[in-house]
Amino acid sequence: MKISIQPEDFDLGLEVRNISRDRAMGAVASFVGLVRDVAMTLEHYPGMTENAIAKIVEAARSQWQIMDCTVIHRYGDLQPNDQIVLVAVASSHRADAFAACQFIMDYLKTQAPFWKKEHHADGARWVEARESDDQAAERWRQLKQPRWSKP
Amino acid sequence: MKVKVLFFANLREQLGTAAEDLDLPAGVTTVAALRSYLKARGGAYENAFSEKSPVRAAVNRDMAQAAAKIKAGDEVAFFPPVTGG
Repeated sequence: MKISIQPEDFDLGLEVRNISRDRAMGAVASFVGLVRDVAMTLEHYPGMTENAIAKIVEAARSQWQIMDCTVIHRYGDLQPNDQIVLVAVASSHRADAFAACQFIMDYLKTQAPFWKKEHHADGARWVEARESDDQAAERWRQLKQPRWSKP
Repeated sequence: MKVKVLFFANLREQLGTAAEDLDLPAGVTTVAALRSYLKARGGAYENAFSEKSPVRAAVNRDMAQAAAKIKAGDEVAFFPPVTGG
């Protein structure tokens, strides 16, 4: 498992190739988030961010069969269309890989301590949290029991 | 009781500081009590920690509810709802 909080850009192909291999691995699902519309500065809470993401990954592991996982989140100054976040999940089957990837992203948006400041023509302003992000994370709570035992 | 308090994002900007070492009076033993204590300082603190302000907290780098206990040596952080991803 790899969790990296970094200012540098990342290479999706390289990260997916670096996912540890296992004969029983049958799928890698990945998501890349991009900066939309305006330049921004991303702040985070060093020391907490890594822990928060590790906990989200652990929660995903208790719910789905995950063989390996990579999460990269950038901070600092970013331009429109820059890559900002990567989540890649490897599993035996695609259903678990897809679901765990989406779960990790949805929780990352509400639990990982990052804050975006957008730089508009008329000045900079902090992005306000969206209720729809809370709802996206909340709907996973309806899942009760792990469908797979841990590998 | 001595604790370290951190502020992030617009809270840090409003207060003009990222971190403070505080010696709390007896009775300030929860996140909610610390928030009230900071608000009572007035000025920028009163605005930043008003009831309308959607402030979140972490104790020792773990998300914490208002009722969470704090003890000597803890690192308590206050920040707005997160907006990463």
